[in-house]
Amino acid sequence: MFHILKARLHQQYRTYPFPEKAPVLSPRYVGRPQIKTSGCVANCAACAKVCPSGAISRSSEGRPVIDLGRCLFCRSCETACPSGLIRFSTEFSMPASSREDLIVNSESYNTARALPEEFRKLFGSSLKLRQVSAGGCNACEADCNVLTTPAFDLARFGIQFVASPRHADGLLVTGPVTQNMKLALLKTYDALPSPKIVIATGACAISGGIFRDNAEVNNGIGDIIPVDLYIPGCPPNPWTILDGMLRLMGRI
Amino acid sequence: MKKHAKIKNTDAVKFAEIQIVDNQQFRNDLASLIAGNGRLSALFLLPRDGQNLMLAAVSDDFDATIKLFATPCQKEFASLTSDIPQAHWFEREINELHGVEFPGHPWLKPIRFVAKDDGKSEVIPGVTSYFEVSGEEIHEVAVGPVHAGVIEPGHFRFQCHGEKVLHLEIELGYQHRGIERALMRNQPHQNLRLIEVAAGDSTIAHTTAHAMLLESLQGLKIDRNAELVRGIALELERMANHTGDLGALAGDVGFLPTSSYCGRIRGDILNTTAVLCGNRFGRGLIRPGGVGHAVDKALVSTLLERLALIEADLKSAIGLIWNTPSVISRFEETGCVSREDALAIGMVGPAGRASGLSVDVRCSHPFGAYKQHKPELPVGRSGDVFWRARIRWLELKESIRLIRAMLAEIDNAMAAPTCSAPAAADSIAVALTEGWRGEVCHVAVTDNSGGLAAYKIVDPSFHNWYGLALALRNQEISDFPLCNKSFNLSYCGHDL
Repeated sequence: MFHILKARLHQQYRTYPFPEKAPVLSPRYVGRPQIKTSGCVANCAACAKVCPSGAISRSSEGRPVIDLGRCLFCRSCETACPSGLIRFSTEFSMPASSREDLIVNSESYNTARALPEEFRKLFGSSLKLRQVSAGGCNACEADCNVLTTPAFDLARFGIQFVASPRHADGLLVTGPVTQNMKLALLKTYDALPSPKIVIATGACAISGGIFRDNAEVNNGIGDIIPVDLYIPGCPPNPWTILDGMLRLMGRI
Repeated sequence: MKKHAKIKNTDAVKFAEIQIVDNQQFRNDLASLIAGNGRLSALFLLPRDGQNLMLAAVSDDFDATIKLFATPCQKEFASLTSDIPQAHWFEREINELHGVEFPGHPWLKPIRFVAKDDGKSEVIPGVTSYFEVSGEEIHEVAVGPVHAGVIEPGHFRFQCHGEKVLHLEIELGYQHRGIERALMRNQPHQNLRLIEVAAGDSTIAHTTAHAMLLESLQGLKIDRNAELVRGIALELERMANHTGDLGALAGDVGFLPTSSYCGRIRGDILNTTAVLCGNRFGRGLIRPGGVGHAVDKALVSTLLERLALIEADLKSAIGLIWNTPSVISRFEETGCVSREDALAIGMVGPAGRASGLSVDVRCSHPFGAYKQHKPELPVGRSGDVFWRARIRWLELKESIRLIRAMLAEIDNAMAAPTCSAPAAADSIAVALTEGWRGEVCHVAVTDNSGGLAAYKIVDPSFHNWYGLALALRNQEISDFPLCNKSFNLSYCGHDL
């Protein structure tokens, strides 16, 4: 008993006071990109050529447009751009309410909005989630799991991962949705009582990510079930995931 | 036995040096190598000069070599499994991918439920024949693909008599994303990202193997500092996962102090990897030609400071396990895999070592920083949950020592530019690394213009899933979560 108490004293109280205080991330953390709107070299396309997941297209004026739903945050485009138009910031708050909001073509960005009032009444202070990994590589899964540790203490916000879809208010999906998991995903979705919400976590779940257009996968969950929250990243940082959940509940 | 091509870990040779022997000779040579010190690291089919070759890569842990040889493979091939049980999963894979029949195979059925190319015959995951036990009071329990926790999908089917599990059959494939096929598009910048997510919790182990293969085929020598950074990242990856596993094991027997502390400490270790490269899982850190981020003296001191805090926290959190008899008694004699069984099925990594096998690529086939920095190899005795936990703790302490030694040697590592030197044509290279689950094996074969003709990935989970099935024999079904956690195998690394 004594050694357990001694360990308790050593380990201290470590829950971080989020969202009151901004989390401290590695100085090398790669967050939301910002794109300057002037200075693009005509017909250059160096950024799009190096993008491994095809996240970069070009606007009608020829400027780069990054789809955060496909971006792996590898910084290749930032390095490749000869005129330094693209800069990845350390801003971790990136979750969005719609697929269109994930399209970045300037320095501004629309972060996720709270659920409509009638949903917030139901889920605003208690949100139970069922997680389904449908081809996830265990990185998104690990960074969801970590939210339940004392450092984040997900439960203090009334959010909990539950064992059965019957007990859940929402579904959190990771992975590109392999052909082999599509049926299980649909069955899980159907087993959730209505009304229900869906969270797409990570580039794979949003768009298929690096697996996009492989015959073995679907291109994320967008074409399969309706999505209420998109959390970009490969994988998203746990703070990004938590930020998205709290914004959805109207608590940030 | 024929004199087969012998290479060192990460070496490349001309494909022409590989002996192509007849089927009988292949069987005899493979059997005698495995009966000696050999382990079957990879066995796969390769289309070459208008015929299919079955190629074996056998690692010899005593003379630090990998032997490569091949045999023509027709539509039917007498199964090797009866003589060489290690081949059983490989033969099932070849059968599924290429339709080769293996008469004599004890249980030939799909391992991934890959869709057929003809587009007609429908493949439904998990729908196949299962081993069945019948009789009074026998019942069957089916679990998955969707599990209760935040965890990857797989299907487990137990044949039980009361609480006792007579047999567990594991069917995977739900995570199959077509990685090996996608690699053949030959886009280097995409391939590196595909390898990063082959098994997302083993990014460093897989990307290091991939980078070493390409460097070998392209004739690149990498900087010593870059090798050290790779070694440090690989040990951090091991530490993070071993810490998470020890916490989860404590949680599964209801010992919450260690469980909650380890969950947080694991995050501290992942954040230390993020100090190196910005990403908690080491994405973007390893690249062919070196590493993607610089490590200077200031960063070395930051890492040392973090390591000291982590070490103190780990000693306090995990020390509790060994001082708590109720935890130890739940771990001991639960889920045993005997040394004979582990050896026969070719188990690797901490699970193999817990059963008494001295298998660790860092010691037997040293690569990169491990040529100078060798770990002490802890080996267990009874192959139970206790030893699979104990080995992790001993390895954690050893990882801390190795990281300190490597950090002491680093002298300003620079970020390497993305390189794209032409690869040697008509060659083959093999790279082995020791991930936290065990041996990661990558094999690349190039065509006559230096493009990829084949790329094979063998994750340690490929060898070890059957070990979990054996561990459950005659166990209480309620011990399944504990046994499963003590292996903590990768679904996506297996399914690819």
